[in-house]
Amino acid sequence: MSKVEMTVNGRTVSAEVEDRTLLVNFLRENLNLTGTHVGCDTSQCGACVVHVDGKAVKSCTMLAAQASGSEITTIEGLAAGGELHPVQAAFREHHGLQCGFCTPGMIMAATDMINRYGGKLDEKTVRAELDGNICRCTGYHNIVKAILAAAEEMSGSAKVAAE
Amino acid sequence: MYETHYHRAGSVDEATKLMADAEGGKYVAGGQTLIPTMKQRLAAPDSLIDLRHIADLKGVTVNGKDVRIGAGTPHAEVAGSTQLQAVCPGICYLAGHIGDPHVRHMGTIGGSIANNDPAADYPSAMLALDATIHTSKREISAGDFFIGMFETALEEDEIVTAVSFTAPDKCAYSKFPNPASRYAMAGVFVAKSGDGVRVGVTGAGMDGVFRWEEAEAALASDFSAAALDGLSVNAGDMLEDMHGSSEYRANLVKVMAKRAVAAIS
Ligand SMILES: Cc1cc2nc3c(=O)[nH]c(=O)nc-3n(C[C@H](O)[C@H](O)[C@H](O)COP(=O)(O)OP(=O)(O)OC[C@H]3O[C@@H](n4cnc5c(N)ncnc54)[C@H](O)[C@@H]3O)c2cc1C
Ligand code: FES
Ligand code: FES
Repeated sequence: MSKVEMTVNGRTVSAEVEDRTLLVNFLRENLNLTGTHVGCDTSQCGACVVHVDGKAVKSCTMLAAQASGSEITTIEGLAAGGELHPVQAAFREHHGLQCGFCTPGMIMAATDMINRYGGKLDEKTVRAELDGNICRCTGYHNIVKAILAAAEEMSGSAKVAAE
Repeated sequence: MYETHYHRAGSVDEATKLMADAEGGKYVAGGQTLIPTMKQRLAAPDSLIDLRHIADLKGVTVNGKDVRIGAGTPHAEVAGSTQLQAVCPGICYLAGHIGDPHVRHMGTIGGSIANNDPAADYPSAMLALDATIHTSKREISAGDFFIGMFETALEEDEIVTAVSFTAPDKCAYSKFPNPASRYAMAGVFVAKSGDGVRVGVTGAGMDGVFRWEEAEAALASDFSAAALDGLSVNAGDMLEDMHGSSEYRANLVKVMAKRAVAAIS
């Protein structure tokens, strides 16, 4: 057993866990943050993507002990108050989901790529950047559309804020 | 996953000591190979010694043409290094095409070469760039480091600390990724410098990464894709699995080599 301590969605949490506990299981089972999903056993589907110290990471491929001391953001931490994050709003607006199982990972991957590329995303880049996120329902088309719309909206509002 | 004991090292020395004290210990860096393997119960180290928080293992330094990449540098950082892009763009391209963005945020060059997966990308670049592998004990040339499939010259407790090489005049990497796993079905790194041309091939060889010396000789006298037209790698030495026959892979090696050369000639 190890003591792990980390900041999750702005809140400091700590617990004694078995050393083999995966970060995703710590989030879901210890913290009841069940928005982060597990879709595979092979580190390929991306349903479990969260941000660790500001970067998108597969939480099924990291131990909670490895993440101790880090800042974690999960899908539950994106919306500010009652207001959806622009990427969440764009997924709703553009029908970027059907069953919704892949959606938390898709949205965490999308916010990470928008952070890295700013307004410079194009369709080809979005599709390549989604290599690590699998969707069994949508055919990706509306996911790509939602991400491009959110990127535009976010860089637009960033410009306004900077003026 | 079987139970294990997690230890976090703050320095290379501490990591080596932790390994000496552990029974059946293994180093973990990005965990992007080891954790999935442990989840499948194909590996069950009693102790995990985490190298990810050792500051000395991180970062890219470029001094003229001399390049050094710390073993703990994640793929995303190699891919995004503007200094490295200026002198050796091929390795940035390679790093940017490993797996997916999430894997690239965690996975490290040290972990990749220590693991020496026959379909991993970095080993081909290490051979083509004639890199030196620095460890906690010694320096090893890439040619002596990669021994066979998943096999390297590393001793049980030896830690890769960095890789270094002289940037070539030109280089390029061309990869045909397996559409499901993104690992290389064949990946060819071509580097041209004053000393000649070196060609490293990954993904295809039955014994893991190898140099295609016949292609190197042909390209040394005529650096063009057409120079490879009459050549072929021996299909008998290529991997064969559900993703492709050995003949298919032999052909892919040639096609990837021609694409890499065409990109820089
Ligand atoms: C979905 C997915 C797709 C991937 N696609 C690709 C791909 O297209 N191409 C590719 O090349 N790779 C791919 N990978 C593998 C990835 O690049 C790994 O990051 C890499 O192979 C191992 O690096 P790591 O830092 O994660 O090592 P770990 O998993 O932490 O360790 C791997 C092995 O190396 C040892 N080790 C680690 N660091 C050191 C060190 N400094 N000194 C000595 N031993 C050490 C460990 O003990 C372990 O045995 C993929 C992985 C995933 C999950
Ligand atoms: S659950 Fe993490 S990649 Fe599938
Ligand atoms: S919406 Fe169902 S898996 Fe993506």
